[in-house]
Amino acid sequence: MTVSEGPAVSPLLSVRGLTKYFGNFAACSGIDLDIAPGEIHALLGENGAGKSTLVKMLFGILEPSGGEILSSGQAVVIRSPSEARSFGIGMVFQHFSLFEALTVGENIALSLDPKFSLPRISDEAARLSHKYGLPLDPKAHVADLSVGERQRIEIVRALLQNPKLIILDEPTSVLTPQEADRLFETLLKLKTEGRSVLYISHRLEEVRRICDRATVLRHGKVTGRCDPRQETPASLARMMVGADVAGVSRGTSSELGDVLIEVTDLSVPARTPFAVSLRAIDMQVRAGEVLAIAGVAGNGQGELFDVLSGEYTVPENDAIRIRGKAVGTVGINARRMLGAGFVPEERHGHAAVSEMSLSDNLLLARSQPDRRSFLSGGVLSIVRHSSVRSAAKRICEDMDVRKSGDDPSAGSLSGGNLQKFIVGRELDRQPAVLVVNQPTWGVDAGAASRIRQALVDLARSGSAVVVISQDLDEIFEVATKVSVISEGRLSPSFAAHELSLEQIGLMMGGIHDSTHSEASHAH
Amino acid sequence: MLEAILLTVITAATPLVIAALGELVTERSGVLNLGVEGMMIMGAVVAFAATQITGTPYIGVLAGIAAGAAFSLLFGFLTLTLVANQVATGLALTILGLGLSGQIGESYVGQPGIKLQPIEIPLLADIPLLGPLLFRQDLIFYLSIALVIGIHWFLFRSRTGLKMRAIGDNHASAHALGINVIRTRYLAVMFGGACAGLAGAQLSLVYTPQWVENMAAGRGWIALALVVFASWRPLRVLAGGYLFGAVSIGQLHAQAFGIGIPSQFLSALPYAATIVVLIIISHNRRTTMINTPASLGKPFVPER
Repeated sequence: MTVSEGPAVSPLLSVRGLTKYFGNFAACSGIDLDIAPGEIHALLGENGAGKSTLVKMLFGILEPSGGEILSSGQAVVIRSPSEARSFGIGMVFQHFSLFEALTVGENIALSLDPKFSLPRISDEAARLSHKYGLPLDPKAHVADLSVGERQRIEIVRALLQNPKLIILDEPTSVLTPQEADRLFETLLKLKTEGRSVLYISHRLEEVRRICDRATVLRHGKVTGRCDPRQETPASLARMMVGADVAGVSRGTSSELGDVLIEVTDLSVPARTPFAVSLRAIDMQVRAGEVLAIAGVAGNGQGELFDVLSGEYTVPENDAIRIRGKAVGTVGINARRMLGAGFVPEERHGHAAVSEMSLSDNLLLARSQPDRRSFLSGGVLSIVRHSSVRSAAKRICEDMDVRKSGDDPSAGSLSGGNLQKFIVGRELDRQPAVLVVNQPTWGVDAGAASRIRQALVDLARSGSAVVVISQDLDEIFEVATKVSVISEGRLSPSFAAHELSLEQIGLMMGGIHDSTHSEASHAH
Repeated sequence: MLEAILLTVITAATPLVIAALGELVTERSGVLNLGVEGMMIMGAVVAFAATQITGTPYIGVLAGIAAGAAFSLLFGFLTLTLVANQVATGLALTILGLGLSGQIGESYVGQPGIKLQPIEIPLLADIPLLGPLLFRQDLIFYLSIALVIGIHWFLFRSRTGLKMRAIGDNHASAHALGINVIRTRYLAVMFGGACAGLAGAQLSLVYTPQWVENMAAGRGWIALALVVFASWRPLRVLAGGYLFGAVSIGQLHAQAFGIGIPSQFLSALPYAATIVVLIIISHNRRTTMINTPASLGKPFVPER
């Protein structure tokens, strides 16, 4: 691959052996990267591949554990975002830090030198936004703007500092296709001015469309460098997800039982401007099956989980059935009473109250379905602390939860141990249906494999399991069948052993219809 | 007759407008100080005492302002430096102020006070009706109008005002931009205290030039409600203050005429009117959302 050699001109920004440890975990290890002047450079990788960690080091938010950063050939230390700006680096974040109650002009003015007057900043912002095709009204209030317009503010704000390199972190993950097209025009214009762009994405089509070079990360290491225009989505996907785990396959268990959870033609409009609407979701999971739902973050996973768990009910009672009973309009406890269990994505504040003890957290989730064993005194609902405590203890032993003290607060446990407890809390009831969102997100490898084993065992014992995950390795370890969620649509499910990683990667990247043809070209 | 009624409306509205403007600035910076009543009564008693001692009501005005600001500094220290709960601290400040002012003012009860004299503005004061109403007034009335205009300009035209609104909207982002959140909030809290003190001075030097225990009579609470009713906008505070003043004076005259409505109901009318207007105003979700300081009442501890 000759294209993988560095650029002929001296690079604007180089990274040599950059490494970042969080504890023992290497989020980035030994990363080399060169960004040439006037190029759009893609940084590709799955969630958790280390992309965000890398750019946070470039922008002075995280301190590298090792390696060096060179700006125009000179080794530099970037201690803060303002130092990064002084080296000519601007950044547009995935989550914006705007003041909603202020106008566009005021937001921009706040981040600029005080010597500019407010009207002048508004004029300058209007001029820049016009020049780069980013229409913005400086007088509009941010609260009234769409996500795409908010992103434009961030871009204009970055451009006002006249940077040589602009870093965009997943810029299209929150945009409509039309807004994304506009953004691409802007980026190409920046390129013609000789500015460089570091473009972080996992959407293969757009990387192929606008990027000159790509560096691919996987598990914190560079696994490929290429000219994305000369690659197929399939070959990019292979670099991204790695071919080394493709051999993982599971025989589907022969005797499948009844359908235990079923969703029929369910559409749910978006509740907030940031949410995704679910469109015509169909799924069926039988006893003994593990359905894994793959997908890039923000494509409707959270929304799907919420309607499955009953955190948000839907008007069509028939659209969701658990063990044959229509449950669309009933809440989470009623669904738990039917033998379902749910593990949401966020551990703190959603799945568990951090300040409360483990036993109290257990009681919160199960006081209704396990009323008889945990409460006494009829309507008085007196808590039987001893039985709650012993149940918490049993869960900790079953799931090997490591904790300090008998009944510590949930917040004192490490992420992995708390997640084991939360999953264990649901498993302890032997649920007929278990729905889990991102079961091992941010969990160490040991705890992750314990949790995955528990999910597989639960399905073997005759339950239906739904796992929503972004981790493809995990999906192949636990799933008997796989669907992909993209922009609120759920694909039909495929038997896990019939799918290749790159097929899933392509579907996740938002290429719905061309999945099979594109992937077969790659073989 | 009309002129006399309108004059009393202005006198009744002025302390509400001033106290509410001060609280508006405090709340725009994201701090909820429920101690307005306490700061106001402290301003009233100290202004009265200083006037009695020196014989000069203008020194009384300055003393009232200083007393309100100093009292608010206590609130600022507790909530900003020690990060105490703002609601509880504000309530405590009011209770403390009511008690402390009674103690300070004990010897002044029943003493005749010295009224702050009107300042006549040449020529303008001779305009029929408007002249005596607007241009033959005391210093505190002129200050209240200057404050409305000044604070409006400060909040929406000046850079410091912009920073203050940014802090009130999102203190974490403001801190990240390098704005000193705690210092700005201290200044905003003290400005609020100074305004409450000035409003108190108006009560004991203009409205009823004497000291009566608990003479603020809930005006601090009305001022707090006015800030919300005005969606944190200074010009609306002016309008709201005068609405409340007009209704309370109007019902007094209605009682004097002896119309067939129970007096208890009439006394409740200003409050009821304020609540009704509050509900109508907060109906406009967008205005409320744009103007409500999103970090109001939330404690801020800078990351290190």
